[in-house]
Amino acid sequence: MRGVLVFLGLRPTRGRACGLRPFVGFFGLRPVVGLLLLMLLGTPAAAQPRLITDLSQSRIDISYRFAGAELLIFGAVQYPGGRAPATPPGIAVVLRGPMERLTVRRKARVAGIWINTQALRFESAPGFYAVATTRPVRDLLDERNAAIYELGLRHLQLSPATAADPETTTQFQDGLVKLRASEGLYVEQPYGVQVTDNVLYRARIPIPSAVPVGNYQAEIYLIDGDGKGGGKVRARTTAPVIIDKTGFERGIYVFAHEHSLLYGLVAVALALALGWAAGTIGQRREG
Amino acid sequence: MDLYLPIAEMSVNAFVIIALGGVVGFLSGMFGVGGGFLTTPLLIFYGIPPAIAVASSATQVTGSSVSGALSYFRRGQVDLKMGAVLVAGGLMGSVAGSFLFRWLKSLGQVDVTIGLIYVLFLGTVGALMLKEALADLRRRKAGHTAERPARRHHPLVAALPMRMRFPKSGVYLSPLAPFLVGAGVGVLTVIMGVGGGFIMVPAMLYLLGMAAGVVVGTSLFQIVFVTAVATLLHATQSQSVDILLAALLLAGGVVGAQFGARAAQRLPAERLRLFLALLVLAVAVRLAVGLTWTPAELFSIQAAVS
Repeated sequence: MRGVLVFLGLRPTRGRACGLRPFVGFFGLRPVVGLLLLMLLGTPAAAQPRLITDLSQSRIDISYRFAGAELLIFGAVQYPGGRAPATPPGIAVVLRGPMERLTVRRKARVAGIWINTQALRFESAPGFYAVATTRPVRDLLDERNAAIYELGLRHLQLSPATAADPETTTQFQDGLVKLRASEGLYVEQPYGVQVTDNVLYRARIPIPSAVPVGNYQAEIYLIDGDGKGGGKVRARTTAPVIIDKTGFERGIYVFAHEHSLLYGLVAVALALALGWAAGTIGQRREG
Repeated sequence: MDLYLPIAEMSVNAFVIIALGGVVGFLSGMFGVGGGFLTTPLLIFYGIPPAIAVASSATQVTGSSVSGALSYFRRGQVDLKMGAVLVAGGLMGSVAGSFLFRWLKSLGQVDVTIGLIYVLFLGTVGALMLKEALADLRRRKAGHTAERPARRHHPLVAALPMRMRFPKSGVYLSPLAPFLVGAGVGVLTVIMGVGGGFIMVPAMLYLLGMAAGVVVGTSLFQIVFVTAVATLLHATQSQSVDILLAALLLAGGVVGAQFGARAAQRLPAERLRLFLALLVLAVAVRLAVGLTWTPAELFSIQAAVS
């Protein structure tokens, strides 16, 4: 649904160019023309500002010295006619990692010791999620729009897959978000986007060393409004980011997964060799 | 120096891990134990994911036991026949342990089970050791020579069928008994990343009634084989052996062990036993506290098994 909204409302050019081509063959031409007209009427394309964006790195390599990184996401707002507004625009910058399925468990005291008693499964939790905004999210968007665009840690759509009452589900979601936030994997920076001359924007996203590898997406939103919430998303752009291991680290990881028996044998051989060598050296020194 | 661990998928301070290996190595050199029972909890405490800590600790124990096993072997203090039975049991146990581990993981009860087993075993073994060490000290103070109780195995062991002779250990018993001891230790090796010497040695002495001279060597012999198999099981089933982590631990461990062995020569044996008993009890108490005190974080996350 979100994708459709974005296509229809905000990115008419891209929609026309590639998204609708399959419909031409399938439905004939007339409905397509009607749809196009509808889109053109609905969005006065010329009056929309555009977002231009770039990243300090589109690929983050995890090498043996990797101890976390910082991704700089920056760019400019291109206003129709080149007229910058008098007030700074609302900008939200999101970096989203690969989705994963996971189980959250909660401990409770049973016979004096703390054990996991309750579990809740989530179908789509991002392995990494950072949002930086010019102002707190609640000052930019209302609850509904924040949920549609998943802006802010409170608005992540984690898709709980275990039936539970809403209160429990909320507790587990909060627990998950809090835990990930303490590991630096979920980040919210309410004033993390700096805007210069109401045109240029930049945000620094901290990436911890325990970040999961995979395909990431940087999303930038331009939000208008009076700064009291209730704004509208005026433009949106995305850029792909890849986080992956390289060199030695990648070699070991691939080796461990693709030739796991051989890897195990090498580990054992290494342990035996080191232990044996140390024993021999120690003996020589004594004797 | 920061170093990224490829399997644990996190950055650690290499010097901290080497130092950790060194401290454990020092203690293991001093007391003649593998030290796995210290490595695993310390790694988890440092922030290494438990599964990786357990697997890599097993690899480290292989390395830290092999030189000891070899030197006991050269001095003829390994009962190969008994060792073979213990290894066979250990292999059975480690395979069973890996299934048990997976089952516990699906229930989400791995951490609490490991904690409970630790508290139970370390608490019992530590208390027994402390009792014996104190009695020993008291006897020595009173000027008596230590009178060893007559060596004999447990009545339950004597009841098992198919008895055979183990001349080097000086026992005549059913091989089922050492097989079961080996199997129990094998389960612990896979689940907890320990060699299990701290359980096997008392079991060999008091349950099987083996001659004291071959107990430590034979136990090390079993540990080398079973921890190696545990490493292979972890590597093939869950890819949780971090070779870099194990290498760092070993680098510190082998150096620490040399210093520990030298320190041990300067301290009287009964004092050493007392220290080891206190150390084991301290770990047990620390873990018991962790199980019973209200944790700072009630929630935990487990990635879905794909």
